[in-house]
Amino acid sequence: MTATTTTPVTVAPARAVRQPSARLRAWATRAPLLPALIFMIAVTQLPFVATLVISFFDWNALYPDARRFTGLDNYRQVLTDADLRHSVWTTVLLTATVVLVSLVLGLVLALLLDRKFRGRGVVRTLLIAPFLIVPVAAALLWKHVLYNPEYGLLNGLLHYVGGPQPDWISRTPLLAVEASLVWQWTPFMMLILLAGLQSRDHEQIEAARVDGANDWQIFRHLTLPHLRRYLELGALLGSIYIVQNFDAVFTITSGGLGTANLPYTVYQSFYQAHENGLASAAGVLVVIGSIVIATFALRVVSSLFREEVARS
Amino acid sequence: MTAAVRRNGLGLVAWLAGIVFFLPIAWMALTSFHSEQDAATNPPSLTASLTLDGYREFFGTGGGASPWPALINSTVASVASTLLVLLLALPAAYALSIRRVRKWTDVLFFFLSTKMLPVVAGLLPIYLFAKNTGLLDNIWLLVLLHTSMNLPIAVWMMQSFLSEIPVAVIEAARVDGARLPTVLARVIAPIALPGIAATALICFIFSWNELLFARVLTGVVAETAPVFLTGFITSQGLFLAKVCAASLVVSLPVLAAGFAAQDKLVQGLSLGAVK
Repeated sequence: MTATTTTPVTVAPARAVRQPSARLRAWATRAPLLPALIFMIAVTQLPFVATLVISFFDWNALYPDARRFTGLDNYRQVLTDADLRHSVWTTVLLTATVVLVSLVLGLVLALLLDRKFRGRGVVRTLLIAPFLIVPVAAALLWKHVLYNPEYGLLNGLLHYVGGPQPDWISRTPLLAVEASLVWQWTPFMMLILLAGLQSRDHEQIEAARVDGANDWQIFRHLTLPHLRRYLELGALLGSIYIVQNFDAVFTITSGGLGTANLPYTVYQSFYQAHENGLASAAGVLVVIGSIVIATFALRVVSSLFREEVARS
Repeated sequence: MTAAVRRNGLGLVAWLAGIVFFLPIAWMALTSFHSEQDAATNPPSLTASLTLDGYREFFGTGGGASPWPALINSTVASVASTLLVLLLALPAAYALSIRRVRKWTDVLFFFLSTKMLPVVAGLLPIYLFAKNTGLLDNIWLLVLLHTSMNLPIAVWMMQSFLSEIPVAVIEAARVDGARLPTVLARVIAPIALPGIAATALICFIFSWNELLFARVLTGVVAETAPVFLTGFITSQGLFLAKVCAASLVVSLPVLAAGFAAQDKLVQGLSLGAVK
């Protein structure tokens, strides 16, 4: 990398005559960045500050005159309310299950696709397709076309083998939501891991093979360590997207049967129950959870990024 | 087991996995061309005659609301927000790759960190703001929010594409007396264009898919296609063919954009961390 771009800010401050023009040039360098930066601060940071403020108020939109400052009361309520606590647990369970299962499936599929076989491109396309269905449409597909107890495809297939005809969504509601999300997110994991597999050092693998290492040893001692950061990246990005999931929960169960996760609860508590203060406190909790995940995510992304910068 | 048998065997397993993952989509496509009676049989009727009734029903010729306003709104929201994203992200990426500001990595990571702030973090204040300013049910507010959702992704992707342009090429053009607009148009644009196109397609997909903002901030006039689809959440008697037709039609632009951007998809989804 060549850092030859002149940084006028480093010009010695002693030469007072040159300073205005140097400062001007620094601003000229910065100028293209500013619209995007200001836009992001205005649209994402300011509303969050407002959420933070509202979270300290007892505020039901139906009774705007009764609005008053309550300190941490909303947080106490969110953390002690059985339903809300349950939605915290649901969020954790939903995110962890979907991320882990789709990561494992994605790894298997990536390993299968990493080898040459006839029609590899077609199979890759078939596997990516679930990720390219609009999330609401995918959820509708699972809810009505696959899960429906009377004419859904799952029970239709079971019918052929004389199996039982369960009502999938009411029997295992959370699992029903998770399965549809795993179907959509496995391709995402597969793509990231496939990119990881293809960036392996092939000479090293050949050398190991010449030295008599078998497939399992190569996978265990070369491939897996190399993939570690790609697995982390997939897990963390997946967590960030799935923690926020609203579409599948909203569509498949409408938050019922114990499947309401935090984003759904936040939506429901201000959009339907008009509890602005409570909703904001729950929202702040989602943010805290995300920050924990994001701290790790940023670390992984920045380590990959630094490597990239160092290489170029 | 010989190596050839095993290779073919694993190829077969890969094909099988591909088919299993694609099966729900194939079934959705087939059902969308069945009549409602044939769509709702158990066991499923594979060989039933094909009809366009599901599509006719969806497009509202059989009564019910027409999806066209929602499809048009979605098109406006995703195309306009994508253009706005490019307008903001291109100069920003330029200042983060070619003519770098100081602490450019910090700025880059600030953009990334906003992507990790969940939508629900600011949803209520945005909703209250929209309600008090009369912007509720206005597609242009959604355009702004979708822009904020996609801008970090675009800045990261574009930054990584522009960084690939060798500085020497730009310097050479400068030495030859080319001014900035010429350098941008003749040197940078041709190299960066495929990356810009991929970025645009990915932003388009995310905007087209988005439900939570659209659901909360639009209602009647500015309703988008995903919000229109939520009308199918509760069963309405025999309506499987119609649901399948609707889901497929609404997903078509995403499928097209996704396959067009296939090679760059992973880079966009990983915010440029993976190439």
